[in-house]
Amino acid sequence: MTAPNPRPTGDDLANVRVGVVTFPGSLDDADAARAVRLAGGSPVMLWHGTHDLGGVDAVILPGGFSYGDYLRAGAIASFSPIMSEVIDAAKRGVPVLGICNGFQVLCESGLLPGALTRNAHLHFRNRDQRLRIEARTAWTNDFAEGAEIVVPVKNGEGRYVAAAADLDAVEAEGRVLARYVGGNPNGSSRDIAGVTDPTGRIVGLMPHPEHAVEELTGPSTDGLRFFTSILASLVGAGAGAAT
Amino acid sequence: MPLVVVDVMLKPEISDPQGQAVLGALSRLGHQGVRAVRQGKRFELEVSGPVDESAIHEIADTLLANPVIEDFIVHIHER
Repeated sequence: MTAPNPRPTGDDLANVRVGVVTFPGSLDDADAARAVRLAGGSPVMLWHGTHDLGGVDAVILPGGFSYGDYLRAGAIASFSPIMSEVIDAAKRGVPVLGICNGFQVLCESGLLPGALTRNAHLHFRNRDQRLRIEARTAWTNDFAEGAEIVVPVKNGEGRYVAAAADLDAVEAEGRVLARYVGGNPNGSSRDIAGVTDPTGRIVGLMPHPEHAVEELTGPSTDGLRFFTSILASLVGAGAGAAT
Repeated sequence: MPLVVVDVMLKPEISDPQGQAVLGALSRLGHQGVRAVRQGKRFELEVSGPVDESAIHEIADTLLANPVIEDFIVHIHER
């Protein structure tokens, strides 16, 4: 969990390279890259079938239906060539954000606790969703404490579950990234919409901040702060310095 | 060639809305005698040569099942 940084310059931000992985069946890779760009950073597209992370400063695993959600959502993707590199990088401290299917991949990889299962009501749920941001992480530093935001949620297997002891630990350690407010769209345990690892660098979120970055297309621009947060965190940590 | 069957079920404490939906359909069909339904997955693996039980266990534990939410049982059928 990073300290606030002095306001970085546009050049600093543009030098931060954020990788976005495309799996077969990814849907939101282009929107995630666009969100990085709108926040001032430089997106780098990464391909599931390679071992090449391209020296990026952070990685986003986007939403979609990687490998058709076969076996379990995110299960096959978690064993793809690029994921062995992402897992190694994450363990070295490279920040990783998994959104929706990307969150499922992070749980299947064992980088985050718990799992995402079939929605309790069995329906695919697609709506604008209010969330409360509860953890300060590399991806949420730009939010005020306890900020409530509105971003789209869209999933069929978004119900967060974990053993009761794991849920207790996640809550006690302040690792609930965000909770659903004003209605739980999928039956997630304890209204949990996202979780973070203990370092605040590996983060998973079921709703979609990358779809709430422009007034023309989103219910708000609240989602942009995930992307400005990570750029500021990385500039503060020395990434993006002119080379 | 031995056939290895791996049955994967959600852990008892994880709610199974698909099983509950099946139970609801049974009730509508007039089958009142069924009290609960749990839905799982069955994998059939054709194995060449003798079965390496520890390898099968690793396959089930790392890929076929997610041990966070699922249990599995391995059945080996020599044919």
